[in-house]
Amino acid sequence: MEEGKVVSQSVQDSAAAYSIIHERFGAAVSALDANETMPFFEVVDTDRWVEIALFMRDHAKLKFNYMACLTGVDYPAEEKVGIICNFESLAQLNHKLAIKLKCARKGGSIPSVACVWHTANWHEREAYDLFGMTFTGHPEMKRILCPDDWEGHPLLKDYKVQEKYHGIKVPY
Amino acid sequence: MGLLDAGITRHNVLVTSVDNVLNWARLSSLWPMGFGLACCAIEMMATNASNYDLERFGIFPRSSPRQSDLMIVAGTVTMKMAERVVRLYEQMPEPRYVLSMGSCSNCGGPYWEHGYHVLKGVDRVIPVDVYVPGCPPRPEALIGGLMKVQELIRMEQIGISRADALRKLAEKALDPQFIVERERKAARA
Repeated sequence: MEEGKVVSQSVQDSAAAYSIIHERFGAAVSALDANETMPFFEVVDTDRWVEIALFMRDHAKLKFNYMACLTGVDYPAEEKVGIICNFESLAQLNHKLAIKLKCARKGGSIPSVACVWHTANWHEREAYDLFGMTFTGHPEMKRILCPDDWEGHPLLKDYKVQEKYHGIKVPY
Repeated sequence: MGLLDAGITRHNVLVTSVDNVLNWARLSSLWPMGFGLACCAIEMMATNASNYDLERFGIFPRSSPRQSDLMIVAGTVTMKMAERVVRLYEQMPEPRYVLSMGSCSNCGGPYWEHGYHVLKGVDRVIPVDVYVPGCPPRPEALIGGLMKVQELIRMEQIGISRADALRKLAEKALDPQFIVERERKAARA
């Protein structure tokens, strides 16, 4: 944050929540991007993601009881895919934070937090379906929107639709 | 011209062909299968409801393909749904008719290029008799399509194929431009 710049109350709340996480996990998390739209940080050490998630949910000054969204992202330049999770503390502390995680584009995996927030169960399946990263420890890691025998992951930038599906022509 | 428009003698006797009676009976109680796939289904439901009142044509949705004469494919057919649509179609008893409602089921609609999950026209999996354009079509357009299905049934005869009936229907078709021009001239500014 620049000195002397007016920072809104919600960003200050997010920064306070981040500092608690940073204090506990240190180098496992990146610095906070304190933008006005949605302050976020990245979990650099993805192996500790479940531990961080439980800490965020249960700590008395964090209480992130609600996963509002989980989005998949393709970063072809970095040869990575990732997810962005939005958290809120509904009816508790009313602060919010977004968290990014990345893994290898081919065969990469991210620990599943479906055991922490049940919302993550279907969201992670959707991210897997459309981007191809797997979530280790997920109770039911299979496609959710496309048919089970679909080829490829449609939201990857270099996705090419298959010619036939069960003998039916797919492209226009 | 409908069967009942023909002159009935004072002895209450109507002389007509078997074809005419069969066709009249079938086209006056077209039972569509009650299923919708997307926003077109909302228009279809509106057409069934009191304002547009399809029941005045004897068109009344059935909850089973085994009791249906007509399949209105109302909405986006996804690749996942396509195989189910085929199964439902195969469960319908013959003679059966298919009306493709709206751009999605006609040709993929707005999903034609980037919609990896959408079947680009339901005619890739089942034969379609009547296409209704629109996104979604208004109830008037759907009723127009249903009238077309009735006309198609009127063209049928014992011993001729569906393809022949469709050919007869196409030969009989009026030039819509002519009708539009005529109505425009007749309309007062």
